[in-house]
Amino acid sequence: MKDPLLTLLQSKARYSDAELAETLNLSADEVATRIGAREKDGTILGYQAVVDEEKAGEAGVTAFIEVTVTPERDGGFDRLAMRIARFDQVVSCYLASGGYDLLVVVSGKDLREVASFVSQKLSTLDGILSTATHFRLKAYKENGFIFETEELEGRLPVSP
Amino acid sequence: MDYTGKISRQVAGIPRSGIRDFFELVQGRDDVISLGVGEPDFATPWHIREAAIYSLEKGHTSYTSNLGLMSLRKEISRYANDFFHVDYDAASEILITVGVSEAIDLALRALIDPGDEVIYHTPCYVSYLPSISLAYGVGVDVPTTKRDDFALKAEMLEAAITPKTRVLMLNFPTNPTGAVMPDDELKKIAALCIKHDIIVITDEIYSELRYDEKEHLSIAALPGMRERTILLHGFSKAYSMTGFRLGYACAPAPLIEAMMKIHQYAMLCAPITSQAAALEALQNGDAAMNEMRESYHHRRDFTVKRLNEMGIDCHAPGGAFYVFPDIRPTGLSSKDFATKLLEAENVAAVPGDAFGTAGEGFLRCCYATSFDELKIAMSRMERFLGSL
Repeated sequence: MKDPLLTLLQSKARYSDAELAETLNLSADEVATRIGAREKDGTILGYQAVVDEEKAGEAGVTAFIEVTVTPERDGGFDRLAMRIARFDQVVSCYLASGGYDLLVVVSGKDLREVASFVSQKLSTLDGILSTATHFRLKAYKENGFIFETEELEGRLPVSP
Repeated sequence: MDYTGKISRQVAGIPRSGIRDFFELVQGRDDVISLGVGEPDFATPWHIREAAIYSLEKGHTSYTSNLGLMSLRKEISRYANDFFHVDYDAASEILITVGVSEAIDLALRALIDPGDEVIYHTPCYVSYLPSISLAYGVGVDVPTTKRDDFALKAEMLEAAITPKTRVLMLNFPTNPTGAVMPDDELKKIAALCIKHDIIVITDEIYSELRYDEKEHLSIAALPGMRERTILLHGFSKAYSMTGFRLGYACAPAPLIEAMMKIHQYAMLCAPITSQAAALEALQNGDAAMNEMRESYHHRRDFTVKRLNEMGIDCHAPGGAFYVFPDIRPTGLSSKDFATKLLEAENVAAVPGDAFGTAGEGFLRCCYATSFDELKIAMSRMERFLGSL
């Protein structure tokens, strides 16, 4: 079973150690130690807010790029995928089954910036066979969060 | 017009619900944190809601068979086998109802004649005694106590049995105490029911919501009990589907047939949209249910810990989503305690006496509310205790 500590942090990374301790029936020190260990062994990679960029007023541009590559004798897709992933412009990078090999999520301040990253950096790498770029138009859900608040109305204050 | 003589004596004789009284106190107050609800705080999982929407889109808006959709009854039969380890024939031994509430009414009306005695354990769900009375039965209350973690003791039950006893009603895990039955005590109760030829109505609505790491045992699964048990269950609590109003009864065919006679004229059938949703819940709802249960489990542990820390004696109930702390040491009646707590700190919890006199001196606190609210509620309660 998955560590409940991780489940809680994934639902809300801003829980304090004391709050987590309360929920999990541990001491705050134990919680801090466990989190520290998870950070150290790379289970927890980081913490970030899930932001509605449009509301934040700095929407920028995000693109999903399907990339096909020539796999290499040693390491398959890994070397090339990691090389792509290390660019700051790349938000996420996955190996996928199906009609292409890598799905690369790229963000930039405008269309031109993303386009130039694709044409200058990405497609010029040795081993890249093709790219297909899809610009994001609207977000409905991100990392488990729906882009509107769902309110549960109508629960009576007292019921049998 | 004077209506006093126009209302049936049977209905007029039913006292006002203690829950209703308290509801009226709470209503209209702002900023109340309510631990007074009797339902989950989650919206129904989306895939279940979506199945209901899809069924509407497809134009499935007709009556169903009086017993309910065959596909759903088959799925219930499978589920009852997996979960309760009891076999029920989908064609003749399962009836889909409008919540367990309707099923309780049907079962009582199908089983008892005027004057027959029905034994039930208290504190208990508020509808039991009124439902018995409306079926012209005589309710016989067997109290459970904190000493036994509110489980029913076989010896207490035996003392209440008379030649007029026809039915025993069980509800474990229990609303309002969260109590569960130890297996050996349940076996003794089964033996008494067989010895005295008593039919059991077992309300299993909270049976998935157990936190004591034990597999839930229904009395229907004990040897010799399937033939004399009406097992009632539904979707409200485990799948967070209270508003769908969907439950079911499993029992030998002659008992289901008798209940169906009433259901077909009073209700015709349960709503088809809710039946479509229930089918999805049984087929694909386990993951969502387990997630919700885990969340209740955390909140139970937290609530019990906090209450005990502030000096209120509260045991960790094995199931449901209620705790039932003992407030007797404060010297206040449960009604006074709940009213003062509401007035001073805007925290609503239901006085235990709303669930029968055996609940006096206790408070039902439902922890199916957000963790953040629960924390505030506990702090306010602590402050309230300090002010006494």
